[in-house]
Amino acid sequence: MVRYDGKTVVSLNVNNETHEVAARPSDLLLDVLREQLGLTAAKPGCKNGDCGACTVMVDGWPAKSCLMLAVEAQGHAIVTVEGLGGTAAVQKAFVEANAFQCGYCTSGFLMVCQALKTQHPAMPEEYVIEEWLQSNLCRCTGYQEIRKAVHMMYDMT
Amino acid sequence: MIPFDFIYCRPDSLKEASDVYIQLRNEGKTAVYYAGGSEIITMCRSGSIRPDAVIDIKNIPECTVLKIDAQKLHIGAACTLNQIKESKFFPLLGLACGRIADHTNQCRISLGGNLCGTIIYRETSLPLMLSDADITLYGPEGQRTVPFLAVFNGRMQLKAGEFAVQVHIPDWALEARCAHIKRTANEKIDYPLVNVTALWKDGFMRAAFCGICSHPFRSGQIEAVLNDRSLSCDVRAEKVLGLLPEPPYGDVEGSGKYRAFILRNTLSSLLEDAENGKI
Amino acid sequence: MYKAIGKNIQRKEAWDKVTGKARYTDDLPETGILSARLLTSKYAHARILHIDISEALALNGVKSVLTGSDCPELFGPLVLDRPALARDVVRYAGEPVAMVVAKDEPTAEQAVRLIKVEYEQLPVILTPLQALADGAYLIHSKTNGYRKVSTDIYPEAGTNIASRYRMRKGDIKEAFDRCEFIVRQRFFLPPSDHLAMEVRTARAEISSEGTVLITTSSQSPYAVQNQISKAFLIPSGQIHVHVPFVGGGFGGKAPVTLEILAVLASRSVGGKAVRVTIPREQDMVSAPCRIGLEADIRIGANKEGIIQAMELTYFLDCGAYTDISPYMTKAIAVDCTGPYHVENLSCDALCVYTNHTYATSYRSFARESCTFCIERAMDMLARKCALDPLELRIKNAIRPGSLTPSQVLCTPSLTGDLTQCLNKVKLLSEWDGGNALTIKQDTVRAKGIACLWKTETPPTDAVSGALITFNPDGSVNLITGVVEMGSGGQTHLAQILAEKLRIDPKQVHVVMEVDTRAAPKHWKTVASMTEYMAGHAVVRASDDMIEQLRINGAQALGCPAEEIEVANGRVYSRKNPENFIAFKDIVHGYKAPDGSSIGEPVLGRGGFMLKGLTALDPQTGKGKTGPAWTLGAQVVEVEADLKTCTYRIISASTVMDVGRVINPESMRSMVAGGMSMGISMASREAFSYNSEGIPQAPNLRTYKLLHIGQEPDFRVSFVETPESESPYGVRSYSEHGIIGMAAALGNALSAAFGAEFTSLPLTPEKLWRVLSEENT
Repeated sequence: MVRYDGKTVVSLNVNNETHEVAARPSDLLLDVLREQLGLTAAKPGCKNGDCGACTVMVDGWPAKSCLMLAVEAQGHAIVTVEGLGGTAAVQKAFVEANAFQCGYCTSGFLMVCQALKTQHPAMPEEYVIEEWLQSNLCRCTGYQEIRKAVHMMYDMT
Repeated sequence: MIPFDFIYCRPDSLKEASDVYIQLRNEGKTAVYYAGGSEIITMCRSGSIRPDAVIDIKNIPECTVLKIDAQKLHIGAACTLNQIKESKFFPLLGLACGRIADHTNQCRISLGGNLCGTIIYRETSLPLMLSDADITLYGPEGQRTVPFLAVFNGRMQLKAGEFAVQVHIPDWALEARCAHIKRTANEKIDYPLVNVTALWKDGFMRAAFCGICSHPFRSGQIEAVLNDRSLSCDVRAEKVLGLLPEPPYGDVEGSGKYRAFILRNTLSSLLEDAENGKI
Repeated sequence: MYKAIGKNIQRKEAWDKVTGKARYTDDLPETGILSARLLTSKYAHARILHIDISEALALNGVKSVLTGSDCPELFGPLVLDRPALARDVVRYAGEPVAMVVAKDEPTAEQAVRLIKVEYEQLPVILTPLQALADGAYLIHSKTNGYRKVSTDIYPEAGTNIASRYRMRKGDIKEAFDRCEFIVRQRFFLPPSDHLAMEVRTARAEISSEGTVLITTSSQSPYAVQNQISKAFLIPSGQIHVHVPFVGGGFGGKAPVTLEILAVLASRSVGGKAVRVTIPREQDMVSAPCRIGLEADIRIGANKEGIIQAMELTYFLDCGAYTDISPYMTKAIAVDCTGPYHVENLSCDALCVYTNHTYATSYRSFARESCTFCIERAMDMLARKCALDPLELRIKNAIRPGSLTPSQVLCTPSLTGDLTQCLNKVKLLSEWDGGNALTIKQDTVRAKGIACLWKTETPPTDAVSGALITFNPDGSVNLITGVVEMGSGGQTHLAQILAEKLRIDPKQVHVVMEVDTRAAPKHWKTVASMTEYMAGHAVVRASDDMIEQLRINGAQALGCPAEEIEVANGRVYSRKNPENFIAFKDIVHGYKAPDGSSIGEPVLGRGGFMLKGLTALDPQTGKGKTGPAWTLGAQVVEVEADLKTCTYRIISASTVMDVGRVINPESMRSMVAGGMSMGISMASREAFSYNSEGIPQAPNLRTYKLLHIGQEPDFRVSFVETPESESPYGVRSYSEHGIIGMAAALGNALSAAFGAEFTSLPLTPEKLWRVLSEENT
């Protein structure tokens, strides 16, 4: 049995690199990514699991990093926007579709889309895209552009 | 950010989980069982709970089972809503899982968390109440498997230190005729104003509800009315409103009167669809 | 032929935003920075009897605990009526009461939960009409006792009225007497929130020689500098404000709020760096929100449907403190009639204190609210006159020769062409008369129309500026005080600069972050005035630069400066274009083949100050508050289920006269974004208060915003009637998509359900309640 009482060294596999950080058992993955690893692409939009701005990919699935303890993330492969580099189809698609304005929700949408493509390599039906992307909020666009970006992402590959 | 510290335990067996619970209790510490964590984390953040320890059951093999054998479907309490939905083993439960929170959170929220949590809707309980499901619990007094309805009366009646391990659904229910209707205030992803879930056995319509009252329920009286074909669909729907176990629930999402209006419409169209063979 | 204007230029910071490299205020990890958290009021109105901070102070890691007694200063952009931390009285639920500074966020938050406050509850006032009732409790004991920053604010002693504006034109009594049709209606709009995805946050530190460095998520870095300088009596040169990327503003980040607390926090710990973070829940209820509004609208028309008179009273719910609300009240007054030709007008717009969260600017500066009232009333008038609502609007559309409510004479340059917008939106939306169309049992489709207009109400002396420098490769750097928060303003400025220099926009680099020590003052990134104000500054800076290039070029090429052309990254003589010098060889002076130095390094600078604006006459409202107006027409189409009182928004169309389309895609998306925000606001958003004034469930789980899947088919098109005084003729446009959406939706639903909906939000439950009341 694993038992952590007080600050502990936690080993996290983030963007294909192993990082060791000292974290309290109650520290959220989001806070550890941002404050200890400097990976600030994931944003604290609500810290209540409602806005999706902190979404990262855990073992190929989308996860809201504000609703996950850092200690729980051990042994799982975490990918953040920083791990996409600058060449992923989803990034190119978001730029070309003009799918963001202020950019604050963008990282979360990118990771949901990346996970979508990981689980559904071929473009799924529209309702599936909607279902996945309804996990995230964008206050600037009217979502049309984001929808277009998802289609472009699939068209690019 | 959770402003306080807690101890994190991840036992590898049922006994370890229960033992550590007892041990913590003996040390004067409060512990909560933890699976998806979404509700516990948000409540810790907002300050509504302050456990000294969380016991993560995701590493216990029995809690992550998702399999079907000769007679039954077995679902571990730590299985996520998304796993249950994607498995397609029990479509009615899959429909319920697919409408709780959003997709990303469905990949985290567990069946056990939805059943045992404090959020009042517990929408996964509806298919379980209708399907003669059993539930296995484990605690300081050992393991017990009981009918789901014996320990669920709107919320789980767990003994101190007990946690859900698995639910077992008989195979007749898995492919039975069913309906799941969830109405929200506006957005698709929201708590239900009304959730009506129905399952037919031997031509008899069973129905369970949440949203309309402060807890989920199933009622024999209501089912008798719903199956009374001497009455029109509208009349049956209207009569159900008079048989609710408590006055309709009202909050910021929707007033009780409005929920009643929705329930009547929903039931009436559900009954009509059922009569017309659309379900 | 334009080189850059009118082109789809990608936003300059696009790749930063998809790679996580765009840094926002709280994205700057800093070792050793302290954290501050707030305790807020649990009552909407109460006297503070006692605050016990002893347990909080005793917690290990806590550096300081502040309460109202630690900061006697009052704040506000117009009226200094708001304490940084409540003193003696709390006036809204969520008002900051105490602040803890600690070694980290968890410790600060733990300590916050250890503070004990004893309150004595006071009567709670939750609507403007309650606040105006005889004998109503005074939320501020001396309403007119506060210091005012400006003279055109008129608090009324012994009342809860924080300011009032009057518009008077013609003779309404005589005009109403001759009306064939009169509509009279009261409207009600509750407060709601901006909900930019980035929660407001700020940091501060104070150097040993007294320089205050503030990093903040703000639309108003120069206002932060100014207000903090004045309040704390610190020379403004000692205040250094830094604004990185801002994750959405919508007006909510225009006021100076957390910056003050950050300075107080840093001051309390000897100037150490402190970050103030607030959870989303506090961002919703403690930080300022959108106004509420009640209105009495009376419109009279002759038998042809020509408007004869309007009598309008707007009661703006500014909440517990004024912030910018008096000017939103003024803004409602100057646009009070909607874009119509109205000769006889009486309008009173009142700014009223209540015990709600105080309000601040919100996308379109209150026009989304008053427009709902006017445009709903216009549809009621159309029904009375038996006219197509679109035709009624064309008949009454404001036109050259009309006088606006504040008696400004309309010209095509000033107000553009509303009639053309209406005609165009008719096609774009496939307008069919505005009647409900049954498509199957219990299901109808209906369209609703609304016009929009908005002028600006900046200070009459607002300024902007631009600096341009060259890189050795001949590309340019553009430095302005414009904040990048999504509106694409900086990209448009780059296009203006590229056009002026006749270079590829890719050769323009924009400094995205604002640093008040490096960038020239820009009033605020508000009021959709970036292209107008900073655009003018960029044009002037470009001209300045071109002039210097000509001088360098004339010397280097040995010809008169008048012959020199500057284009395509080259300087050359008009008489011999083949003999040119590339920018890279001349922008830092020119080195002749013999090594001699010629000319000077080129640095562009341009400043711009608004001209010709006036305060309103206190009796008649006569005056000009903004450079021009932007007008447009919007249509929303719904499919409604009459039985369940639910609906789906099918399409939403906007045609707006933007003067000149600088960037088609970015302007389209900005307008569509405004429409989306309007649909969200109108269909589902409101703060829900209980009878004690406590906001219920202020979080994004219960306060729903529009998600993907609910968005309609957005259709956006433009009319281009240039504004002669604006760079390339462009008008303000970036807020405006929101303005008519609530009204158009309300009109569509009223047509669909055959009932008049007069309040927001238009939730299915609201519709059901109105319809069931009508049936009983």
